[in-house]
Amino acid sequence: MTEFPRPAAGSWPPMNSPGYGSTRKRHALHPPIIIPHTLSETSAPRFTPSAYPAHADMSVHEGQAAMGERIIVGGRVLDEDGRPVRGAMLEIWQANAAGRYHHVRDQHDAPLDPHFAGSARVFSDDEGRWQITTIKPGAYPWGNHAKAWRPVHIHFGLHGQGFAQRMITQMYFPGDPLLPLDPVFMATPDAAARERLIAKFDLDYAVENWALGYRFDIVLRGRNATPMEDHK
Amino acid sequence: MTTTASQTAGPYWHIIDHPEWADLRRGENAAMAGTTITLTGQITDGDGTPCGDAMVEIWQAGPDGAYEAGFHGFGRCASDDQGRFRFTTLKPGPVPGPGNSLQAPHITLAVFARGLMNHVTTRAYFADEPLNEADPILALVPEARRPTMLARETAPGVWTLDIRLQGADETVFLDI
Repeated sequence: MTEFPRPAAGSWPPMNSPGYGSTRKRHALHPPIIIPHTLSETSAPRFTPSAYPAHADMSVHEGQAAMGERIIVGGRVLDEDGRPVRGAMLEIWQANAAGRYHHVRDQHDAPLDPHFAGSARVFSDDEGRWQITTIKPGAYPWGNHAKAWRPVHIHFGLHGQGFAQRMITQMYFPGDPLLPLDPVFMATPDAAARERLIAKFDLDYAVENWALGYRFDIVLRGRNATPMEDHK
Repeated sequence: MTTTASQTAGPYWHIIDHPEWADLRRGENAAMAGTTITLTGQITDGDGTPCGDAMVEIWQAGPDGAYEAGFHGFGRCASDDQGRFRFTTLKPGPVPGPGNSLQAPHITLAVFARGLMNHVTTRAYFADEPLNEADPILALVPEARRPTMLARETAPGVWTLDIRLQGADETVFLDI
């Protein structure tokens, strides 16, 4: 039996985050209605690699290497008890090395890379582990305020074992000077919660003479309601 | 451990879009018996402006009221320039609720978009459904706001539920 506690106060960004202009007309004025979890929330779509094929390498597109710094990003998907979430589907998307999305609405004056499409899909294994190969994305300007640039980031969408676990987040990179200036990143009140959105530079993921590595562990809502004897 | 913070999906999530996912009769679902319906609606913001960059996901039981027991109940649709989404699916059956209760047929909707720090979640019920009267979740919603969760049959087999993110007739969102 799994339960899905609500996120701790301050650990998630408020829907009304005035520094991020797009929240102004899009946040609900009424508080959401808290409901008991029924099958509709505790069950989740079954995503399988056969119906949803995995592709873990964004650094090569149609047989050609993308421009930029190749990196490996990996980590674990865990629940709030630190147990691995197995079989979670991760959908990942990002800008290219120049800070341009392969997207018709992205008009940033930076080059597209014909060898970079910018999406991946992977599944966590029995230990909750997942890994991708990609290109370190670039920062890019956006219209939120004067000289606003998004810090370098990669988008992650996660599908867990209950629809209540569904979430989308962004992974940031350590040492990025744009982080304290970014209203999306800074909207999360708790500094420790913000820190957890920043990947760790991790040579364990690096491959000799080929790519550096970053680790990003993702914790989904949920814990086992019945303590198990194998819990360490 | 503390959960990883949600972050906005932003305006460029279409990089992971698969328009065919808006048709839940795809793949192995094609062989499932049931009543084919369209679920559509328009997403607007606090100014009534259509949200043309939203990602809508649905999650539902099959015609037998069971989740993932044959019928794969997941779909995703991008809103168009008019903020409209459109799914083709099979009408779900009633789903067991807390205790011995029964939930009226419903489809869970999650909306992700630029400006939404976390996705918002609601349910589409079917306006003509007698089971709505006893639904344990609808019962938690103030009566005056319940219509925002009732899809109306606007053409034969076409059920419409508009989603207003903010303001007058704001959609009831659920903290799930």
